[in-house]
Amino acid sequence: MSSNTLTRPLFELKIVRRAVLDAVRALNPRRMIRNPVLFVVELGSAFTTLLWVDAAWTGQGDANPNFILAVSIWLWFTVLFANFAEAMAEGRGKAQAETLRAARKDVIARKLASPNRLGPVTQTVSAHLRKGDFVLVEAGDLLPGDGEIVEGVASVDESAITGESAPVIRESGGDRSAVTGGTRVLSDWLVVRMTANPGETFLDRMIAMVEGAKRQKTPNEIALDILLAGLTIVFLLATVTLLPYSDYAVHATGHGQPVGLTVLVALLVCLIPTTIGALLSAIGIAGMDRMIQANVIATSGRAVEAAGDVDVLLLDKTGTITLGNRQATQFLPAPGVTERELAELAQLSSLADETPEGRSIVALALQLFQLAPPTLADATIVPFAAQTRMSGLDLGGRQIRKGATDAVTRFVAERGGTLPPAVREAVDQVARKGATPLVVADGARVLGVVCLKDIVKGGIRERFAEMRAIGIRTVMITGDNPLTAAAIAAEAGVDDFLAEATPEAKLAMIRDWQQRGHLVAMTGDGTNDAPALAQADVAVAMNSGTQAAKEAGNMVDLDSNPTKLLAIVHIGKQMLMTRGALTTFSIANDIAKYFAIIPAAFAATYPVLNVLNVMHLHSPTTAILSAVIFNALIIIALIPLALRGVTYRPIPASQLLRRNLLVYGVGGVLVPFPGIKLIDLILTACHVG
Amino acid sequence: MNATAFAECAIYVLLLLALAWPLGAYMARVYNGQALWAQRVIGPLERFVYRICGVDSAAQMDWRGYAYAVLAFNLFGLLAVYALQRVQASLPLNPAALANVAPEVAWNTAVSFASNTNWQAYGGETTLSHLTQMLALTTQNFVSAGTGMAVLVALLRGLTGRLTTNLGSFWVDLTRSTLYILLPLSVLLALLLVSQGVVQTFSASTSVPWLDRVLTADGKPVVEQVLALGPAASQIAIKQLGTNGGGFFNVNSAHPFENTSVLSNLLQALAILLLPAALCITYGRLVGSPRQGIALLLAMFALFLPVLALTVWSEHQANPLLTALGVDPSMGNWEGKETRFGLTASALWATATTAASNGSVNAMHDSFMPLGSLGPMWLMQLGEIVFGGVGSGIYGILMYAFVAVFVAGLMVGRTPEYLGKKIEAFEMKMAALVILLPSAAVLLGTALACSIPAGTQPLGNPGAHGFSEILYAFSSGANNNGSALGGLTVNGLFYTVAIGVCMLVGRYWVIVPVLALAGSLANKRAVPPSAGTLPTHTPLFILLLVGTIVIVGALTFIPALVLGPIVEHLSLR
Repeated sequence: MSSNTLTRPLFELKIVRRAVLDAVRALNPRRMIRNPVLFVVELGSAFTTLLWVDAAWTGQGDANPNFILAVSIWLWFTVLFANFAEAMAEGRGKAQAETLRAARKDVIARKLASPNRLGPVTQTVSAHLRKGDFVLVEAGDLLPGDGEIVEGVASVDESAITGESAPVIRESGGDRSAVTGGTRVLSDWLVVRMTANPGETFLDRMIAMVEGAKRQKTPNEIALDILLAGLTIVFLLATVTLLPYSDYAVHATGHGQPVGLTVLVALLVCLIPTTIGALLSAIGIAGMDRMIQANVIATSGRAVEAAGDVDVLLLDKTGTITLGNRQATQFLPAPGVTERELAELAQLSSLADETPEGRSIVALALQLFQLAPPTLADATIVPFAAQTRMSGLDLGGRQIRKGATDAVTRFVAERGGTLPPAVREAVDQVARKGATPLVVADGARVLGVVCLKDIVKGGIRERFAEMRAIGIRTVMITGDNPLTAAAIAAEAGVDDFLAEATPEAKLAMIRDWQQRGHLVAMTGDGTNDAPALAQADVAVAMNSGTQAAKEAGNMVDLDSNPTKLLAIVHIGKQMLMTRGALTTFSIANDIAKYFAIIPAAFAATYPVLNVLNVMHLHSPTTAILSAVIFNALIIIALIPLALRGVTYRPIPASQLLRRNLLVYGVGGVLVPFPGIKLIDLILTACHVG
Repeated sequence: MNATAFAECAIYVLLLLALAWPLGAYMARVYNGQALWAQRVIGPLERFVYRICGVDSAAQMDWRGYAYAVLAFNLFGLLAVYALQRVQASLPLNPAALANVAPEVAWNTAVSFASNTNWQAYGGETTLSHLTQMLALTTQNFVSAGTGMAVLVALLRGLTGRLTTNLGSFWVDLTRSTLYILLPLSVLLALLLVSQGVVQTFSASTSVPWLDRVLTADGKPVVEQVLALGPAASQIAIKQLGTNGGGFFNVNSAHPFENTSVLSNLLQALAILLLPAALCITYGRLVGSPRQGIALLLAMFALFLPVLALTVWSEHQANPLLTALGVDPSMGNWEGKETRFGLTASALWATATTAASNGSVNAMHDSFMPLGSLGPMWLMQLGEIVFGGVGSGIYGILMYAFVAVFVAGLMVGRTPEYLGKKIEAFEMKMAALVILLPSAAVLLGTALACSIPAGTQPLGNPGAHGFSEILYAFSSGANNNGSALGGLTVNGLFYTVAIGVCMLVGRYWVIVPVLALAGSLANKRAVPPSAGTLPTHTPLFILLLVGTIVIVGALTFIPALVLGPIVEHLSLR
């Protein structure tokens, strides 16, 4: 993942301190009711507190007052620990929001009456700017809000948002025209049309997002909540009915006493899935947080969840799969021409060519034949033109050109030459490999072909193989012709490609995948990507992209790195896995708790049940207390896991399930036995019970 | 448990598999409309039924329409059975001149047979006329099983449908299930049973001379014995095949005219699990992946076999109380068992009937060892999903599969899906309801019975065993099994009403959510499988499904079971 400055340690003292306070504040029942599992625990805590007051007052309550008090305290702790987990996750978000808010200062903006830099200027506080206003921003100024550049080019420091200190170039027109409020212009000037009202800017939305202010439960969280509520009701029934059952048993056997209310509440709290109930919302917030750590802002938790489900990735060729530009890799001389001669002329033709392709030809000639680029005094440079589709230079009487095959063929034909069949063959051969042929000519004489090739990024093939292993198809999107596209696709190891892609073709392709039930993710930056971004299930807009693209997407990548899509999928999956793992763990824990509490609860009526006391707990009192304490402490113990997420490995689903079942299922069954026993030993040593 | 017992169980399981396989394939063809040979023979009858009932066989129903049809048809059946019992004295085919049935027993019986429970608050040959037995009970035996199969088929259409609201037609599914599957199998089984001496006659009774010299209370010698008869074989065939279990005679399959020999016992035991097992095969074929069905079948066996082993082993143990009285402990627990079947066949029968929602008994479950009754009780409490009722077993276990898939799906980093259908909030809600409601009925019903005199007075035994009797009764009723531990007098007002309510909850509060779920699934797109998809046919998934069932089932009922059979077992030692 990219370097960034937003990373925080898991437990920061400031955040912990505030989380403790928030945990207490969150005891408000109106807030607790949103979490049915913990609400039941809170009711249980309040109920046992009343039982304690009753027992302490009358001296003959439900059980020994000290026992009731101990249970009650630990039940309150259970609720507090759960609140603390959520407050911790929220606190980390809030801390980040504060960093962001520092960037959102009111500044004095120079408002223009018209999009003309030289027009009349009025000084306005940024809070009074409205959508559609024009402002002038000069070197050293902060951008007063989000906007679209209508005139000018400038370098902008966006570190306040991205944490990336290297300045970026922003210019009018094209796909790099969006600017964000709170960033600083370092050089030159810009005329910007505001695209958002104060309070609705990207920065505002980002702050709201990381603070979790607008956080709503995601569909999967709701479904899981229903499952947890269902389990809570089952366990509520199982424990509540124990009261008449034990009454009957006492009546039928004629000895012992019915199970106490305190014990029943303790049993209930131990059985209901408090662990996952306590950590569920923290897991969701932490998932968003991890996105932010990766410098991706998701507009909703839903988008993060969808990222885990994505099974088709649409990836732009340029920048994601290949390095930005094509590079010269080979000289293929015409018959009768040496490779060196071709290299020399190709280099000459490219000397004034400042494009990356041109520079790569110079570099290749230097590398292969140690041809140092000569200095030219009397040459006339012929720049690339859309009409001629050639570039080169006139040196004395010579006209040296390089360009597309048909353009050079025409150029040569005008001077009475022809394209030799061998060169024609070389051109076809290069094209078949997915590379771009450039023909070099000196007047009427064709010297040969330069092969320009897309360079596939190192390691990308392995990444795609990883994706395939976890069932994700990768599709390369390119404007190249099908032949070129196929060759690069094969080299990069993508599953499929879309050649000669237009925005319409992209949109149609996404719809087609979705029709077949797939979830599609894509990245985009241009305005023409917006329809496709709006259609995709996970749409990551580049921060450097246009406002339209950012509006259409449901995530923004602050680093503007298209490869980030792979990391986003990873984070989405990790969040879902953490939920599943902790649910399994939480339910698996119950088995041991039964072995602790059932024999203890009925010890007076049915002493034979002591054979179920497999942990050999000291007494009924310590057994029940140990189970309750374990149940509370396990929440604290699992907060780091909830915040950090379970380890994710790109392996097929069945292997992943086997691993996680073993760790969290079998582990969840086993761990509480020694855990409860240990607490029991400590309690016994402290002479409790 | 010895080698003979093991062999007996192994033969049973192998025969069951050998019969279930081809039957499952045939049923898949029936529901696909590809059973061409059968259509040629039964087709005219099917079309005739549609014509006289005015059914448009091409009409499609959405889930609401389907649910209305199921409920309306079942309500009609319930009312008809009630009415027939209440006026049977004035109707023909009543050779024993039996009186009209009391209202609370008639209600209980009507609910019992509509809901495929076959809980017996009535006393068979001493309560119901031949007409009531044939017209009310036998008919309900067919159509209540048919209802279960129809609901299953509707759920399958939900799983395989794509962006549709159509779940097919209840009338067609019910008619096909009855005419193509239940009726031919019943005829065949009835004939086989008659060949074993199971009675099939319209006479009320026969008299036989008494062989032993026995005196009545006032000292006169007893010279002859009156044995009740009736059209038993025809009812027994569907009673076993349709996971019904309501006996023609009060002592059910322990009666020598209802279950005559070792062979008739084997045939009936096979019939009990045949359709639920075969429907797993049908399920796999209908969803287009036979492996899915095999996975469910294996999951069921994985739950069934350990319980079978426990029950058979328990019954081969000696009851320490009887050993103390001088009974040879090497014999095992013979109390309450028929000598013509033996320990293993009785334990096997108890396990098979409680696994399937079949309430028939060939031994007195009340006399089983505590751990011997624990297994059957727990199988019912799981919700009748280990084989379970015809149709209802599979839709029941599928609810657990959805829960398993939900948790497991998350663990592999995807929002959960089953057969490509996303399991979302609505599906979880319905699955939770289906699992929750019968369990709630069992626990609350038992709690109520424990706390009021009307609940505890009819008990035959005090203490933990009495508690087991109550728990067993409610487990059986709320999960539509119908099996009784016995020892509890259940024809009083409290039990007839309370268990009647539980039976309704366990049947229809499950069917409606299942159909709603089918409707929701049908309306979804299917996600194509990939390496990231959790496969639902692998041993790992079977393990997970079994684990989910065991954990949810165990956690819900452990406290209750501890206070019943487990305490009883520990106190016996």
